[in-house]
Amino acid sequence: MGSTITEKILAGHCGKESIKPGSLINADIDLIMCHDITTTPAIDMLAANGMNKVFDPEKIVVMPDHFVPNKDIKSAELVKKIRLWAKEQGITKFYDIGNHGVCHALLPEQGYVKPGMTIICGDSHTCTHGALGAFSTGIGSTDLAAALYTGQLWFKVPETILIKLDGRLQKGTYSKDVILDIISKIGVDGALYKAMEFTGELIDDLSVESRMTICNMAIEAGGKSGIISPDQKTIDYVKERTDEEFEIIKSDDDAVYERIIEIDVSNLEPIIAFPHLPGNGKPISKVGNIKIDQAYLGSCTNGRIEDLRVAASIMNGKKVADGTRMIVVPATTEIWKQANKEGLLDIFMEAGAAVSTPTCGACLGGHMGVLAAGERCISSTNRNFVGRMGSPESEVYLSSPATVASSAIEGKIADPRKYLI
Amino acid sequence: MKGYAHVYDRKHINTDEIIPARYLNMDKEADLAKHAMEDLDGDFINKVKQGDFIVAGEDFGCGSSREHAVWALRGSGIKAVIADTFARIFYRNCINNGFLAIESKDISKKVRTGDELEIALESGTLKNLTNGEEYTFLPIPAFARKIILAGGLINYIKNEAK
Repeated sequence: MGSTITEKILAGHCGKESIKPGSLINADIDLIMCHDITTTPAIDMLAANGMNKVFDPEKIVVMPDHFVPNKDIKSAELVKKIRLWAKEQGITKFYDIGNHGVCHALLPEQGYVKPGMTIICGDSHTCTHGALGAFSTGIGSTDLAAALYTGQLWFKVPETILIKLDGRLQKGTYSKDVILDIISKIGVDGALYKAMEFTGELIDDLSVESRMTICNMAIEAGGKSGIISPDQKTIDYVKERTDEEFEIIKSDDDAVYERIIEIDVSNLEPIIAFPHLPGNGKPISKVGNIKIDQAYLGSCTNGRIEDLRVAASIMNGKKVADGTRMIVVPATTEIWKQANKEGLLDIFMEAGAAVSTPTCGACLGGHMGVLAAGERCISSTNRNFVGRMGSPESEVYLSSPATVASSAIEGKIADPRKYLI
Repeated sequence: MKGYAHVYDRKHINTDEIIPARYLNMDKEADLAKHAMEDLDGDFINKVKQGDFIVAGEDFGCGSSREHAVWALRGSGIKAVIADTFARIFYRNCINNGFLAIESKDISKKVRTGDELEIALESGTLKNLTNGEEYTFLPIPAFARKIILAGGLINYIKNEAK
């Protein structure tokens, strides 16, 4: 009887040959990422308990991203505290303003994520990094403190749901539409406590970045992690970014799954998740006339270069509709520079959009595009809970970057397919 | 442990509702407590009393990993959350803080706001002192119990090191 990739990685990190779902383990952590919201409480806990030294500064990467550039005095104080702490601890992998970016886009981009690793961060979207074949999961500040000090963390080994995605995507549909469709089918707690493993023809076809979009939203189905066994694309992506060695771990053919879900994406339409749950997905043909006030392109889900390229290809020579505003937030500094080099930022600005520096920003109602009561936003982000992007009386509709672009042009939720020839 | 219930009979109450992100520029329990449950029930903070319980539907605490959600509730006076089921990270955060999160099937349909409840951890039972009913809940796993009894994960690690 074989094992899943998740079981193999976790077994290897607690000194066991093999491991069964349900077992409680203390696993070694290879990489800890710290951002500005959840790290300061961990710093305080460590200080209050005389835990003065982190276990290994080389295994910690710090990147303030949520409220940067600092949105107010209170957030400035948080970032200042983290900056001083990192320096004091000898943590040199610190991405300050000028090199900054949304943490889940920056971490793989900078070559820190490698197949077979265990990764944690005090952020629910840490599941993103499973796209590179790592076990990666979001935790809270106390877990963060414990791991920073001991280099280990307790886990219940999750059962795995295998999601087999076959068929080819039609023009105008993307990995975002696929994951919104999956969450709509299984529900926002359909994978509660489980690892979601994605496989199939579609996954083979997708770029590593598009795979990240899928794993990023595993948490929106309640999953503990999202994961994809590494292939040649993964290896090439990682080798372009790091010289460090890594181990390729894959699921066995006879691995045991909690269940297997098979989906054919051949006839999938662009999907829009209606307020106020990511599982409220509807195909674009059933959406009707929904006027929007704001279109938001960015985030750890869909703020990478391929997302900006698709949106720019739709917006080239077009204008954002009167009465609608568009905000474009490249997810990292490198992405911003690349988009600038390719002329994508010019296209957005000529269309009447505003281009921001990287930040989590308005995705979580922080700053740079917060919504007023009664306003509607179409967004390439991952959550549309009540009040997520601002007023509790505002509405967020989730979609792919292409649908954000076509909707910005029309001032209402619009099918991107007519703009793609 | 006895307390009065505040019932929110809804699924998927998420951490953005428990403590909206606009307050995450603060990390102290007392500051966060002032905004507990704000986007779900603006009046919660005026109604809640020290030692009360929250009773809710499935998947309580889904969404962001912010432990601020646990701190906001605890700071507001809430002593335990009893829900049909919990989201994973919120449940972990409760254990790690030594804060009681109790899973009891369909509890949100059985209890009414204002009911006085008594939690008996050893027997795994929940008594409704207002209407005389008794419910069972999933026993808290032994490992989680050890952490809760130590007063949270950090204390647990300190004790282990001794």
